[in-house]
Amino acid sequence: MTLLLLDGVTASYGASQALFGVDLEVAPGEVVALMGRNGMGKTTTVRAICGMMPSGGVLRFDGQSLTGLPSHRIASLGLGLVPEGRRCFASLTVRENLTAAARPGPWDLSGIGALFPRLAERPHQIAASLSGGEQQMLAIGRALMTNPRLLILDEATEGLAPLIRAEIWAAIARLKRDTGLAILVIDKSLAELRAVSDRGVILERGRSVWSGAMADLGPDVSERLIGV
Amino acid sequence: MIEERWIGWAMLAGLVALPLWAMAAGEPFTITLVTRAVILALAAAGLNIALGIGGLVSLGHAVFFGIGGYAMGILAHHAQSYTAMNLIGLEVPGTKLMPVIWLVAVTVSAVVAWVIGKLTLRTSGVYFIMATLAFGQMFYYFAISWSAYGGEDGLPIYVRNSFPGLNTLVPIQFFALCLALLCAALFITARLRAAPFGLALNAARQSPERARAVGLDPARLRLAAFVLSGAITGLAGALFADLNRFVSPTMFSWQLSGELIVLVIIGGVGRLYGPVVGACLFVALEHWLGGLTDYWHVALGAILLGIVLFARGGLIGLLTGKEGAHV
Repeated sequence: MTLLLLDGVTASYGASQALFGVDLEVAPGEVVALMGRNGMGKTTTVRAICGMMPSGGVLRFDGQSLTGLPSHRIASLGLGLVPEGRRCFASLTVRENLTAAARPGPWDLSGIGALFPRLAERPHQIAASLSGGEQQMLAIGRALMTNPRLLILDEATEGLAPLIRAEIWAAIARLKRDTGLAILVIDKSLAELRAVSDRGVILERGRSVWSGAMADLGPDVSERLIGV
Repeated sequence: MIEERWIGWAMLAGLVALPLWAMAAGEPFTITLVTRAVILALAAAGLNIALGIGGLVSLGHAVFFGIGGYAMGILAHHAQSYTAMNLIGLEVPGTKLMPVIWLVAVTVSAVVAWVIGKLTLRTSGVYFIMATLAFGQMFYYFAISWSAYGGEDGLPIYVRNSFPGLNTLVPIQFFALCLALLCAALFITARLRAAPFGLALNAARQSPERARAVGLDPARLRLAAFVLSGAITGLAGALFADLNRFVSPTMFSWQLSGELIVLVIIGGVGRLYGPVVGACLFVALEHWLGGLTDYWHVALGAILLGIVLFARGGLIGLLTGKEGAHV
């Protein structure tokens, strides 16, 4: 059974086509890494999944077609997006960011506080005044508060200090271990992706060119397609 | 710096103390003046929900103010002339009862706000401003040509409408009624801002796309805010007509829509007590400077300019030292 299914997904920015056929599957409880060099279509794939741009091909979540649905409907089906660039609601406080879009389910304020103690320490701080790492944690917490069935992390550790990155990776590992939440994770750091992901998909020029278990991702493939 | 809460309490205390002093000193006109400020604050408090939290610059809120006014005018007109209204073949008598008039004003305003919102909220920015303005003008010219209810000359109501248990002809009692409604509106706004709905609305104002990504529908949030906003401004319109015992198409005028925006900006956009501060200053200037010169709007313009250029958080932002910290 698959939770998220992409089959031959295409998408364009106006006249320039960015995705030429992306195939991707995420099963319940599975962590899938979406990899590829810059400009290969990783974020575009996320935007297509989340309904932020029109797309072609097959796009299904839990058997339901996502094609043509507005993005807020897609999100409310159970897709929690942590967008690139840790975009919180800047003028709301930590707690307000978390409650603004909350939906009932196992995740609540205390659950987020346990996952990210830094957030629990400053519930009334304005999001704009948080450090980059804290904003990223808040963005993840905000997505979890919608109680999603699939979490999408787009470059969740980009540009953060090593210590904070480790904290976020630890939280992702904990999510996988303790909750069995399905996660689609995009990142540049292969070592850390290997540690948490079950499977991986690599994009090149808008196509998925490799997919398989992370254990099978040999150095020749990663050197050629990701550059590490 | 002063906390925003204290400014609010001080304003409300002043709004209670001043009319009480005026009553003791035998100055009923001052009570009327403060009542006017309170009603304008209520109208602006309604706008503040759409403009302050939702970021919807509506240049058509006079529509709701006017609807409230005409709801009162029409109902009271039929009651004082002992004639019945003909509503699609149904004979309905008028009424002089404020609670009924308010209910009609709020309901009709809300329904009209829903229709206008449904049509205009798909636009944004300058197009939204123009679309709401267009609706304002439509209602204005309709009222002018509606000869059954006075047309351009307006509709005088001879005796102020009644409220069970009160004598609304006594200025301080009518004032108390208006102040109670203003407090209720402020209470609703305060609760709303902290509730998930208010936070989601705020989030949708900051970034519709991010809001959608977490499953919020900005269009629905804005429509709900616009309806609530219109309903409160409509209630203020009914009170305003009762204060003057007169309704006219000027209640629909776009200048009034503009003034409501000015009140909100002067006080502080999105501030809970912003409309109160703005309305009090506006009525004070209108009275004191208006007594000195017909061109008092020049001073108002200068103040508005100063605030827009140097104090984006409005007067409350200036006093609390937080420039738009949480709007």
